[in-house]
Amino acid sequence: MRRRRAGALAPYFLVLPGGLWLAIFFVVPTAVMLSVSLQTGNVVDGFTQTFDFGVYADAITTYETQFIRSLIFGLIATVTTILLAYPMAYWIAFHAGRNKSNYLFGVLLPFFVSFVIRTVSWKFLLADDGILLGNLKDAGLLPADFHVLATSFAVVAGLTYNFFPFMLLPIYVALERIDPRLLEAADDLYANRRGVLTRVVLPLSMPGVFAGFLLTFVPATSDFVNAYVLGGTNTTMIGNIIQTTYLTNADYPLASAVSFILMAVLLIGIFVYARLLGTRDVLEMSTR
Amino acid sequence: MTATGHTATGHTATGHTATGHTATGDAATGAPPAIELAGVAKDYHSRGRAVPAVSRIDLAIGPGEFFSLLGPSGCGKSTTLRMIAGFEEPTRGRILLQGRDVTAVPPNRRDVNLVFQSYALFPHLDVAGNVAFGLRRRGVKGRELRERVGTMLDLVELSELAERRPRELSGGQQQRVALARALVNRPAALLLDEPLGALDLKLRQTMQIQLKAIQREVGITFIYVTHDQGEALTMSDRIAVMNRGRVEQLASPREIYERPRTRFVAGFIGTSNLLRRTVRAVDAAGPGGRAMVVLDAGADERLSAPLHPQMGPLRTGDQVELTVRPEKIEMSATRPDGPCCALRGRIVEVVYLGTYTTYTVATHGGTEITVFWQNSTDSTNVAERGEEIWLSWLPEHSYVLPESADEEPSTPRSGGPDPGGPPEGDAPRRNGEPAAGAAAQTPTATAAHPVSP
Repeated sequence: MRRRRAGALAPYFLVLPGGLWLAIFFVVPTAVMLSVSLQTGNVVDGFTQTFDFGVYADAITTYETQFIRSLIFGLIATVTTILLAYPMAYWIAFHAGRNKSNYLFGVLLPFFVSFVIRTVSWKFLLADDGILLGNLKDAGLLPADFHVLATSFAVVAGLTYNFFPFMLLPIYVALERIDPRLLEAADDLYANRRGVLTRVVLPLSMPGVFAGFLLTFVPATSDFVNAYVLGGTNTTMIGNIIQTTYLTNADYPLASAVSFILMAVLLIGIFVYARLLGTRDVLEMSTR
Repeated sequence: MTATGHTATGHTATGHTATGHTATGDAATGAPPAIELAGVAKDYHSRGRAVPAVSRIDLAIGPGEFFSLLGPSGCGKSTTLRMIAGFEEPTRGRILLQGRDVTAVPPNRRDVNLVFQSYALFPHLDVAGNVAFGLRRRGVKGRELRERVGTMLDLVELSELAERRPRELSGGQQQRVALARALVNRPAALLLDEPLGALDLKLRQTMQIQLKAIQREVGITFIYVTHDQGEALTMSDRIAVMNRGRVEQLASPREIYERPRTRFVAGFIGTSNLLRRTVRAVDAAGPGGRAMVVLDAGADERLSAPLHPQMGPLRTGDQVELTVRPEKIEMSATRPDGPCCALRGRIVEVVYLGTYTTYTVATHGGTEITVFWQNSTDSTNVAERGEEIWLSWLPEHSYVLPESADEEPSTPRSGGPDPGGPPEGDAPRRNGEPAAGAAAQTPTATAAHPVSP
């Protein structure tokens, strides 16, 4: 009897370490953050718990532009990475032969360099008088006032570049797992190349695209490094707002409220996205 | 070179009847074979060396035939099937589908469908979606699509499960989905690559009977690849036994079993006893006008057997092998009378197997012979281990084969015996040309049709 009960509990022991980790480092800070967002006060006089929900309304009205901009930037960057990464993953999975791992390594190589250093190098490369634009301007190919930095393009391009492997790897794994006999079966059943791609390869790789979307869209939307390094005053993202409000202005309640809203928006967005795509299918296929 | 080619083309009309003859019984009516392989060979390249997977195959499979390619793994049967499906391109030779050369036609434009060994069902589609896949690609929609899919699901008894995903089905159900998915397209030929291999024995036996029934019902040519001789014998109209990329024998199941043409076939299909002996005499006019070969045997013993029809002439002193099936052998305590073969032996092993008992008998020459003894009424063993007994069988139940035919395989003539035919080297042209001729004739025939009132 005793032994059976211990046996039944065994699976929970497996969950325990991870569960504790999440409880301590995610649930507790989230609760604290929620609590802080409902406090009033300042750094000098201290904060008191007032349960003033007005701060959420303030946050939305004040930073509406940045919220929307972040979602748009995140979405554009994510869609662009899908468009860039999918064909590449497809090629590596189906046509790279035995050099698959070499190509994958090649794609990942730049990402061994620190995120910040990579972004700063972009700034160096794309500077108004940098090695790229400067030379083109000297050659008279570009007008003297042409610039890339401090534009939305620069920020989105940076996001696209920095999150590329998070899209490529899950798509690659999904494509790699497709049984080549399914492609032969489609071919045998009169599907032309396009038919094989749209009716078999694409649906079967959706779990990878779904995972890549999550792994790219969430951090890209809340990113602040790209907007900070490559952007200007008109490209501020919500991540920058949180950073400034928290570290510079020390307005902890407002910073917490903005973070909370961002989290809620992303969760709702993902939920809707999963619904549209059909989570059941995605999960079923990934456990095939 | 050109001149030869030109002359050959000129002979198309006569050539057409020639293929009809060399092909199957059905082809005698003049209809082109459903599938024809003319001198088909496939080499694989491994470290710069060409390794033959299929050495040279000439086959003609008639419309509506259940045809099996039988052989051990690595004999080239799957490669042959994949060439017919279009997944592999032959290194040499041509493949004709209903008289049309499809050697260079990709799989998606070939009117054949393959049932994969692993089924290869689309996991993202339900049963109905899987079955409808091929029809949809060919632009069938709406009511016709629903009706054809529905009829096919009824045929394989899966209508209730139309909305299930493949992963929610048992192995046998998945197998039937795979079959339905291919059959629904009404292909000119259905190719099956060991489709029952993943099922357990009981289910496999049920499916064999169902497959044969379905084939009879739809009337589509089936080409069935298997390494299971029982499966091939149960279902096929004809079997091509393959070994090392060649066809060793092509005949009906009964013919293959009763008259294996080579030592390999004798050993691969069922159990065969092989006795290596020297020819003592050849009687050219034996019973039924067939040549009988008398072999060396001990005192009182007698060994004679008909010469295999496809074997060349033998001389006294030649080394040959006599083959006889274990169930054809009788055992008795005294020497039997009559013109039968008789050998003395001592029983070395008795194994009771329910419906029959197997006896292993050592002859005086030292060869061990297996005997299957039906346990019909008397449940006691007819003889015990260690007993001296006589083995006997009718000469026509045995055959003389050339010695070690599998070590140096003679080039098989899969088109059947054709003693008056041209030498082997001419075969591809002979088989190939008529098809081109048939293709050339077809437009004339169709053109003539509308003109006539």
